[in-house]
Amino acid sequence: MPDRFPSPFEIATPEGAEGWQEMYVYSSMFSESRRDFEDSMFWFQDGVHWPNVLTPWDATFFEFAIASLSQYNTRHLQVPPANGIAFRILNGYGYLSPVPADESTIEERVANFTDRAGHYFMNWNDLYDNWMTKIRDLVGELESLEFNPLPEIEDADEVVKSGAGLGSGYALQDNYHRIVSLGLKLWNYHFEFLNLGYAAYLDFFMFCKTVFPDIPDQAIAKMVAGVEVDLFRPDDELKRLARKAVDSGVAGAFSAGDVEATCEVLKGSSEGQAWIASFEESAEPWFNFSTGSGFYHHDKIWIENLEVPFEFIRNYIDMVQSGEDLNRPVDAIRAERDRVVAEYTALLGSDEEKGEFEGKLGLARVVFPYVENHNFYVEHWSHSVIWRKMRQLGETLVKEGFWSDADDIFYLKRTEVEEALWDYYNSWATPEAPAGPSYWPPIIERRKGICDALSKAKPSPALGVPPEVITEPFTVMLWGITSDSVSAWLGGGDAKEGELRGMAASPGIVEGVARVIFSADQIGELQDGEILVAPLTAPSWAPIFGKIQATVTDTGGMMSHAAIVCREYGVPAVTGTGFATTNLSTGQRIRVDGTNGTVTVLD
Amino acid sequence: MSMVMWFSEYSPSVKTSVGGKGASLGEMTGAGLPVPPGFALTTAAFRASKEQAGLDAELAVHLDGLDTNDTNMVSERCSEIRRAIEGMAMPSAVEDDLRSAYATLCSESNTDDVPVAVRSSATSEDSPDASFAGEHDTYLWVRGADDVVDAVRRCWASLFTDRATCYRVEMGYEHHTVEMSVVVQKMVRPVSAGVAFTLNPSNGDRSQICIDSAWGFGEGVVSGEVTPDNFLIDKVMFEIGRREISNKTHEFRLTDHDTVEKVETEKERASESSLTDAHIKAIATLAKEAEKHYGCPQDIEWAVDADLHEGENVVLLQSRPETVWSKKQSDSASGGSNGDFMASIVSTLMNPLHTQKR
Repeated sequence: MPDRFPSPFEIATPEGAEGWQEMYVYSSMFSESRRDFEDSMFWFQDGVHWPNVLTPWDATFFEFAIASLSQYNTRHLQVPPANGIAFRILNGYGYLSPVPADESTIEERVANFTDRAGHYFMNWNDLYDNWMTKIRDLVGELESLEFNPLPEIEDADEVVKSGAGLGSGYALQDNYHRIVSLGLKLWNYHFEFLNLGYAAYLDFFMFCKTVFPDIPDQAIAKMVAGVEVDLFRPDDELKRLARKAVDSGVAGAFSAGDVEATCEVLKGSSEGQAWIASFEESAEPWFNFSTGSGFYHHDKIWIENLEVPFEFIRNYIDMVQSGEDLNRPVDAIRAERDRVVAEYTALLGSDEEKGEFEGKLGLARVVFPYVENHNFYVEHWSHSVIWRKMRQLGETLVKEGFWSDADDIFYLKRTEVEEALWDYYNSWATPEAPAGPSYWPPIIERRKGICDALSKAKPSPALGVPPEVITEPFTVMLWGITSDSVSAWLGGGDAKEGELRGMAASPGIVEGVARVIFSADQIGELQDGEILVAPLTAPSWAPIFGKIQATVTDTGGMMSHAAIVCREYGVPAVTGTGFATTNLSTGQRIRVDGTNGTVTVLD
Repeated sequence: MSMVMWFSEYSPSVKTSVGGKGASLGEMTGAGLPVPPGFALTTAAFRASKEQAGLDAELAVHLDGLDTNDTNMVSERCSEIRRAIEGMAMPSAVEDDLRSAYATLCSESNTDDVPVAVRSSATSEDSPDASFAGEHDTYLWVRGADDVVDAVRRCWASLFTDRATCYRVEMGYEHHTVEMSVVVQKMVRPVSAGVAFTLNPSNGDRSQICIDSAWGFGEGVVSGEVTPDNFLIDKVMFEIGRREISNKTHEFRLTDHDTVEKVETEKERASESSLTDAHIKAIATLAKEAEKHYGCPQDIEWAVDADLHEGENVVLLQSRPETVWSKKQSDSASGGSNGDFMASIVSTLMNPLHTQKR
């Protein structure tokens, strides 16, 4: 077994992908000028958030997210042992490498962190309320941005006589600048709380492991987990709408055919119209929900792809009609959580220990709603609006002949979009023909070919020399990367014939038939009682969790969004196996042990 | 009133009529500690039998002028009394109750003539006969209703051992007031058996239940002659966190003449799990109940009975306090950071889980 992964400088460019470097910002790539540093680091591919090739514009969120994370660890909070996370793009895939803090600075960092993080913990609820206001304002601001074609002449009153002195051309450019800076603001907000949430959770986790060395990880998660969580709200809304359809006698409309046909039938009755109104009420904001991680422009968003929520509603209608109770038993879940806490508390030795346990659990519960909920507000809702607005801009430039499809805009880097807009603005102002319509199409065509070629080459899971032990706490919790998973990658996943190891993300043992799925488009292929095997799952896949017996993923840790949802829905899950989609195939019988984190091939 | 009290019907109000042993077994059953099933024949049964047989008058004759210093006399007279009791006819109401209870036990055990233990059960802790509780008789592997009836009479007769009789005479107690209940309990025929601790004996973790299990009787596990299967179950979540199946080359089995012998295990069975998940959870449940009932960590012996229905076949044989870890003063896990939550969080971040020694 090799003891290291290839150096980033040894990785060849896949055939047909030559020149891929033109798609990304120079600073996001490995380069000779930083080779000493880059070769000294251990890099892992972030398949939890970016399992696919990044198109040029999609790299924006990769860069914004990781830079914001780093900024909080290093410059805002001074997390004692951890600086930021260095990131690079290689062959279209995102790689990360945690940067430790210099030993000599630790003392000062501890003092700063205690002061700064302490302030957040002490004032969490007020600051969290404030966060909610900030994020809703941000979404409102995003929604207000328009990217319409520029007018033949400006409005006399509004633009000219008002003395504004600024026109639509300026506004279009400004709106693009604003959507980019709001994206960065969004990611600053995202990391304002996230690592603090994990830190308090980890502290409780470690305390539990000290007093109860053999306590299952899931027991700790269960004690902290919220009962009513915004991330589950979209699924709850689907169920509510399914019940409403049955109760108001309009369920028949869902066998009329596609979305359009269904809506046609619904519009024909007052009950149906009431149902549509109710759907629209749920849709904003709850169906701003991505079928993927929310990080890619091609991830489908429910509200823009109504066939997705309609199909889920149709399934739920079937369940309601066959007498199933779709309600999440929140009282029972709450009672079970109280039982678990009470029993572990009773097992503690001293009153001092009990006090400490209650204190840490209390803090973890105060901070954890953010960890559970932010995903909806940031990756789903806000990103959905950004993708929608960017697509509107893409469409406007289609009308001006810059390219042929609204989504082509995502094959431009974010700075290139600015260039194209400038071209459009300037040619509108003059007027003259823009240069873009002949400049961009060949570039977009070439880049599509490069992305295709890159997609066909599976990225190395890691690069460089792995550390002896993986200690960085966030790496373990979020990405599920441990010393074990690194050695499994080095061994190529063939450590034991017919067995895969991963994170025990949601408890339970089941046997069943595997269904390997690579994207959200395929989830319709899942049959009742099958085991879902996927690179990763998204929270928006929850509606199929009633159908499947278990979930196995290539990537993800205990606290990945997929793990949180699986625990909530009581579906056994093993995450971060590294090779499930490669080593398993549809139709194979497998045993999934979500309690111990193993997957065994039975055939 | 029925002369029979099933363990599952016990309530404290009948305590005096079923004796200490009967009360304890009833109490355990009621507390969710499934001892092997059985019943107590109440003191009323002995009283009714005595009355019908006119035993008190006969006793008076035999005990009149008994010289407790004359061992020959004591021995002779006491054995005559015992013979009288052993030969005494039970009133049909008593005998019918006893036989029908035994028949019920047989049908519950899916076995004709199910083997039972028949034991005397003293009526009260501070009554004189309690001093001789240890001397009162126990009959194991009793099979068939006739033998059960005989064994009951022999238990009654054991009230009149030489020592018990002399003691009562010397203390001035009335012989005709002594009472006795008899307990009839199914003998366990284990598929598998073993021990369980209500903590992890390797680190003292009180959130865990540790089970050692092997095929057949538990002797091999207790003596260490068989390397048992080992399971670790979380006491709160009931998840089986560790499952080590060992090669159990030998097992202790019942012979045709009701003794236990060590034999070689069939090859294919030796490395099979001696417990199903349902059994593991049932054992963990009863261990947890025992700890709750006795208020401290327990070390229990249990068995999976071959005769009882699945779901009711895991039985508790013995429960006693765990001694090793319970004596150790548990250290606070805080490491001195109690009250200063930021210091604890910093320490957590500086010493991540995977580098810490447990």
